[in-house]
Amino acid sequence: MNAHEAIERIYREEYGRVVASLVRRFGDIDIAEEAAGEALLVAMERWPEDGVPPNPGGWLTTTAGRRAIDRIRRESHRDAKHQAALMIEDDTPHEPTGIVEDDRLRLIFTCCHPALAPEVRVALTLRLLGGLTVAEIAQAFLVPETTMAQRITRAKKKIKDANIPYRVPAPEDLTARLGGVLAVVYLVFNEGYLASSSGAPIREELTAEAIRLGRILRTLLPDEPEVAGLLALMLLTEARRRTRVAGGELIPLHEQDRGGWDRELIAEGHALVRECLARNRPGQYQLLAAVNAVHTDAPAAGDTDWSQIAALYGQLYAIAPTPIVALNRAVAVAELDGPEVALAEVDRLQLTTYHAWHATRADLLRRLGRSAEARAAYDAAISATENEAERAYLSRRRGSLAP
Amino acid sequence: MTQYMLSVHHRVGDPVPSEDEIQPIFEAVDRFNNKITAEGIWVFGGGLEPRETAVTVDNTGAEAVVSDGPFAESKEWLGGFWVIEAPDLETAVALAKEASAACAGQVEVRPFQAE
Repeated sequence: MNAHEAIERIYREEYGRVVASLVRRFGDIDIAEEAAGEALLVAMERWPEDGVPPNPGGWLTTTAGRRAIDRIRRESHRDAKHQAALMIEDDTPHEPTGIVEDDRLRLIFTCCHPALAPEVRVALTLRLLGGLTVAEIAQAFLVPETTMAQRITRAKKKIKDANIPYRVPAPEDLTARLGGVLAVVYLVFNEGYLASSSGAPIREELTAEAIRLGRILRTLLPDEPEVAGLLALMLLTEARRRTRVAGGELIPLHEQDRGGWDRELIAEGHALVRECLARNRPGQYQLLAAVNAVHTDAPAAGDTDWSQIAALYGQLYAIAPTPIVALNRAVAVAELDGPEVALAEVDRLQLTTYHAWHATRADLLRRLGRSAEARAAYDAAISATENEAERAYLSRRRGSLAP
Repeated sequence: MTQYMLSVHHRVGDPVPSEDEIQPIFEAVDRFNNKITAEGIWVFGGGLEPRETAVTVDNTGAEAVVSDGPFAESKEWLGGFWVIEAPDLETAVALAKEASAACAGQVEVRPFQAE
């Protein structure tokens, strides 16, 4: 890695912290982003000669702050709020966020505000907290860069015009609003883990970014069990990533080489799940994490404690009665009570546009020896997904059906 | 501080409340108005007469045209509104929740352009 790449990496790591601090100070996302960009240029010039400062984040924030003040001085037509920022000589005076004093926490609640459309929340979070470039976000969600740039610009304008605050919600609203933030992080993770589109089956940059955001939230809100639950869920899923695709084909859980699972991530995920169990305030991410803990606990697929998994999905269904939860429960039921009972449950769901519903039906029909129906179900599953690795897997299964 | 319009819209097919039903709504709206006036949030507000009472004026051409009726023959129309002054959207939304409960209708929150 050359010096500039190293600096860019540090910059990306520190970006969320730097921008969040500047947004709090100047009350303006554009000023914060421009100043952070200028600070990067200064770092590129100085660090290769002077060396990386001991606290690069602090250095970038201070440098960016000075640049922002210079800019505001030059553009004297800025309004009173920005003029007022000139009076502030250092970075210290800011209102406490209430629970923890971290500007990133305020900013993520702004990015995930219910007044913004869900796809915009994801993009803004990746841009401002994750430090991804607009081009990277556009590529991740397969939209043209100009479209993504417009989307982000409009969202920032809405934040400014509607005066969406940079604030952690009041305690009585926190749980509901936190749900929105966690949903955004999980969406980023899922898009990385099973890309809905053609191209790379797994987008590591997205799963890594979601886990990084999850870790930040966990540090900032250590007493929120759903935050721990989501992080555990992501870690236990990520732990299996290396074994999930082989030769361009998706490998289902029961066929994965368990020796290739990341034991360190599993240990960390299990510790979080135990912590959640001790708290005993279950929520949907915690329950999904617990399901994954059961899977990653089994030395071989045959050792899986399916009754535990069915019970966890039952508990989840009580909080979140969605057909997708019912579908997952049916998969456990197939192992406990046989494919016929499971198929009856699956057929009641009618998730006809969902590839996993067709794939589950296909597998159950195959196990029941109903090859013709299974073949039709595999066909439906294949046409319902764009993910090449999944299509390859489904095609192989279809090909292995008895005539 | 930002000024926001909290607007209440009616739709074709909305049930028309009876005299008995409307009285508690008036009272709830009065209480809300008094509260936001006392807190210095109130700027202006009121309920509008039915849209049949509207007149539309167009002076964009050579001659001004005045016509009977509302601007658009739509399935939704403005029934009334508040203009409030609040520190941010969060506060405006919290007030809109109270307003919506008081007037028994959905409330749209929209910021005014900055000066």
